[in-house]
Formats: sequence, C-alpha cells, structure tokens
Amino acid sequence: MSGPAPAAPAWRENGGRDGLREPVLAALWRARDLVWFFVLRDLRVRYSQAVLGVVWVLLQPAATVVVFTFVFARLARVGSDGIPYPLFALAGMVVWTYFSGAVSRGSEALVGNPELVTKVSFPRVAAPAAAVLSPLVDLVVSLALLAVLLLVYRRSPGWAVLATPLWLVLVVLAALGTSLWLSALNVRFRDVKQALGPVLQVWLFASPVAYPSSALEGGTALLYALNPMVGVIGLARWSLLGGPWPGWPLAVSSGVVLAVLVSGAAYFRRAQREFADVI
Amino acid sequence: MLRVELEHVSKRYRLGHRTNLREAITAAASRPLHGRTSRDELWSLRDVSLSVGDGEALGILGRNGAGKSTVLKILAGITAPTSGVSRTRGRVAPLLEVGTGFHPELTGRENVYLNGAVLGMSRRDITRRFSEIVEFSGVERFLDTPVKRYSSGMYLRLAFSVAAHLEPDVLVVDEILAVGDAEFQRRCLGRMQEAEQEGRTLVFVSHDLDSLARLCPRSVWLDAGEVRESGPSSEVVRHYLADGLAQGAAGRVLSAGPVTVHRVDVRTDQAPAGSPLLRDDPLVVEVDLELDEELPGVDLALYVSDTRSVRILDEALSDRTPGVLHRGRQRVRLRVPPMLNVGDFTVGLWVGTAHEDLVDEPAAATFSLHGHDRGRPDRVVVADLPFEVEPA
Repeated sequence: MSGPAPAAPAWRENGGRDGLREPVLAALWRARDLVWFFVLRDLRVRYSQAVLGVVWVLLQPAATVVVFTFVFARLARVGSDGIPYPLFALAGMVVWTYFSGAVSRGSEALVGNPELVTKVSFPRVAAPAAAVLSPLVDLVVSLALLAVLLLVYRRSPGWAVLATPLWLVLVVLAALGTSLWLSALNVRFRDVKQALGPVLQVWLFASPVAYPSSALEGGTALLYALNPMVGVIGLARWSLLGGPWPGWPLAVSSGVVLAVLVSGAAYFRRAQREFADVI
Repeated sequence: MLRVELEHVSKRYRLGHRTNLREAITAAASRPLHGRTSRDELWSLRDVSLSVGDGEALGILGRNGAGKSTVLKILAGITAPTSGVSRTRGRVAPLLEVGTGFHPELTGRENVYLNGAVLGMSRRDITRRFSEIVEFSGVERFLDTPVKRYSSGMYLRLAFSVAAHLEPDVLVVDEILAVGDAEFQRRCLGRMQEAEQEGRTLVFVSHDLDSLARLCPRSVWLDAGEVRESGPSSEVVRHYLADGLAQGAAGRVLSAGPVTVHRVDVRTDQAPAGSPLLRDDPLVVEVDLELDEELPGVDLALYVSDTRSVRILDEALSDRTPGVLHRGRQRVRLRVPPMLNVGDFTVGLWVGTAHEDLVDEPAAATFSLHGHDRGRPDRVVVADLPFEVEPA
C-alpha cells in the first residue's frame, strides 16, 4: 500500500442549502467511468441472456413497420414525402424505438437500483445517463436494417448522411432530459411508471412516425414541433432518406429539447439529496 | 488536522411519505384545509456534533435505531442532514454493505470494475490495483465465471477485497462484520487495522464491542439520536454495557399481545442480590411473565450472547418440559452452571408459538462476570475438560 494522501485537501460539505446538490454536468464528468461501466453492465446482461439478442432488437421496429405499411400506406393512403413508405416508417420507428426505450429505462434507473442509492454515494446522474446511452447499441443495429432496406429500394441517402451525429445527439439529449425528470419523479411518485406506458403509446402517434409532418404548415407546424420528436425525426429522415429539410420546426423542437434538459437537470439536482431517504 | 466534522447535525425522516402521484394531488388539493401535521416525523439524529482527526479511528456504538447508520450515511454523502453541516476532507469510502452493485450475471472480473467504479474509483485506479484485489480475494481461478455461481464466501471475499483496496482518506465501515465466517471477519478486521496503521481515518460502527474497542481508541455512544457520551472506548463501552444492565434491572416491562414480561434478571444464589457476579458462580436467569389467555403450544427461549454477538447458549423451555406455561403469572428459572468466561453478556428472551413470535428481545438483560480469565481471554466456554495422558 502507498502512504496516505497528501495533506489538507479542501473540506467537502454536506448540509445547508447546497448539501448534496452537485450540478448535474459536473457530476456526470466526475462519474464518466461509472457511466461507462453501467452501460457495459446493461449490455452484458441484456445480450448474454438472449441468444437471439439482435433478432429481438430488430423485431419490434420491423413488425411495427409492416403493420404501419398496411394500415397507413395501403388503407389510409397516408403520404410519405415521396419516400417509399416502408423506408419512411422504418426511419421514424428506429428513432422512436430508441427514444421510448431510453426513456423507459431512464425512468427506472434509480428505483431499479435502490441498494445503490441507499448504500453508496456515487453521482446519482450516472444511472439515468447510462440508461439512456445503452440502447444506442440497439439503435445502431436497427440502422443496419435500414441500410439493407435502402439497398433493396436502391436509394442512396446522399451527403446528408454525414449529419447523422447531429440527430443522434439531439435524440440522446431529448431522452436524457426526459429521463432526468422521470427518474427523479419516479423516486417520489411510484405511479410514474404506470403512467409512462400509456403516455408513450399516445406520444408515438402524436409523433410523425407513421405519417409525415409536412401536412402541417406555418403556425400549426411550429406548434406541432413543440413535440421534440417532430424535429428529431424530421432531421433523421432528411439525413438518412433525403427527406425534406425540417426548417423552423427543427429549431422549435431543439429549443424544447434544450428546455427539458436544462429544467430536468435543475430538478434532478434539487431532488437528488432526498433520493436515499425516499426511495 | 481534522478529517471529519459533524456540526449540530439533525436528521428528520418523514414516515409514510407520499409516494403516489394521485395521493399527492389529492393532498395538495386539501392542504389549505388541513395544513401539515408533524406526527409522521421521526428525528433520527438531534444536534449531533463530533470530529475525527487525521489518522484517528472513531467507534460509534448504540442500540438499534440510535442513529448510528444515519451518521455514517451523512458523512459519506449518501443523505443530507436536515440541519447542521457535515464536513469531510479527502476521499470518503463508505463500506455500509459488502458487494453493493455486484451483478449476478457479470463475471468476477467485470464486477470488480463495476463495483470499484460505484465506490468511486476511476478505471485507471482499478486497473492499477486489479491484481492486488484479486490476490487478496483468493478467487483468481473463477475470475471469468459469473458471480451467481460463486459460493457466498467467495462472493463476500471478492466484494470486500474491492472495498479494501479503495485507498480512501476516510474509511467509513458499518457492521459489515455481521456477515461472513470467522475467517472472513478476521480478514476484515486485519484490513481495517492495516488502514489505520497507514494513517487513514476510520469511522467504525459495530455491535462487536470487543473489536470496536480494539480498533478505535475513542468512541461515541449514540442514544436515541443524541450523543450520550464521547471518550476513550474502554470507558464508553463499560458505561454502555452498564446502562444495558441498569435498564434490565430497572425492570423494563415487555408486552406483546397476550404476553407481558415483568422482569428478566440474572443473579446467583451464592451471594446477596446486587453484588457483582463472579466467573465461578452458578447463575440463575429468572423471568416473570404473565399470559392473558391459554396459548396452545406457547414456548419460551433464553439465549446468552457475548459482546461479539456470539450466541453461547440458546435454551428453549420445550426442549425438556413442553406445555408448562399457562394462563396467569409465573416465574421461569434457567440455571446456568459456571461455564462462561469473564466478560459482558446479554440475555435474549423469546416467547412465541410455532406460528408467531410474540416477544423477541435480544437484550432483555445484561450481566458481567468478574474474576480472572486465567490468561485466556479469547475462550468463550470454560469447560475444564479432563485430559488423559498415558504411556503409549
């Protein structure tokens, strides 16, 4: 063993107004290694138990797209911005599946690990952050399916595909902001979990996954873009499929993502000091 | 230099906290009518101040629910004080539970990294200490096996090994000695002693007053959330045990359902009541109890534990004389021949039926045996067994 640490590091205080209220960004940086190990744990556990891991990942978006193609494209004759409907729906579904999965996991990140919260003082934000990052692997796998479908339809996404990191960052931030809110609320109010299922169900149909947002114009389109998934999915379709540039609705959605993130971080920071007492 | 300082720390827990959105909304709607009530509040700590210097070891003792764990959680930064401030200098490693964050599906190797990171080590720290951790744990051969296939002993050893290699400035340890076998406990204590010699600061909670006094020169006695006494461990431990004795003798009445226990006493027939008990005295444990009704299958057990929580005796009435307890007041006597070593003991009392525990008080009475330990302080039972030696 080496000797004791050098003398007189600064006092760290727990108490008063700022006790256990480390800003979320600072905590996230401090816990970067922990976030990584949480992500690895998630992936190991998820993929080691299911032999057909990758198949399960693809099944949900693929099956939904088949149903959507039948209902929306064949029966309801919904447009798809000039893109073959299955491609159009799959791109939306891939983004949505990531978002809803990340938010579901994120909201459970704290209440699913009560022993960690009550026995260890790790930066709490590491749990929802890891929960939001680990489904990115599923997203990448689903993107491979989309690539195959692009080949089948002999379409090339063009240079806009290089903008993929942009919508990825946007959707991750959207999921993180929402998860910061929900994970902290879930500690306090356990029926958040019950409420989330139906909310996500409605949210899916309130987002332009099965239909294009281009049907709306002007003020209505901007109002619709208050749903952050409008901008995210629009940007993803533009980048992956050569869909229309989302324009001002993207700005509105990005603003909402930022607002949810900042407010979520603030609420999480304030709520975290009580996690160990209430959970 | 001080490493840990608690200044007028109080902690309030709200019981029956609203954990339901629907109820919260209803409550918010009716708040103007009712206002907030305070009857659901529990003060776990009241105005606790203490400090620990660099390289010092402080013991914390007290009954269950006295607030010991809350103190540790506050100084480890797991929970915030309701009022007052806790300050720490340097890295604080809380060892409140062994193996927190271990995942059964992951291998030993993966769990070392995960658990290390949970406890605040960086990936580099863990890699640097990895071989030491593994060597100390003794599970090299099973490093790539999922820990769900480990025996509980292996699991504990690996988990403790990670925690033991944290190199914290302040090591905060809660009752971890309650788990594991004797060998494991010896390792834990040894490691803590090492940490102390390395000049780390130690805060240690334990019911094992023996180890506590050995590891920590100074102790704080918490009683119902307040500091009752603080000083040299040997003195604090003595007063703490004497208090238990006083409480036992004062005749705390235990009552549960149809059972009332009026008195639990330890005395000897050899000397007048109240005089100190000697190691060679035959002891009598006497229980006065009252049953409000006939309880079919009711049984009573007395158990005697030492300060390390080792249960030396555990005798049930039904072992030899079943069905002798009836409705009304009666006196039960258990005779214990001279067989215990010098030291402090607690007497536990259990009354119940095959279906339910009615009374279970692990410290119904305490007593001390005085005299000489004949130079063998570690033995629990003095049996004076006969040797035989013959030419062979």
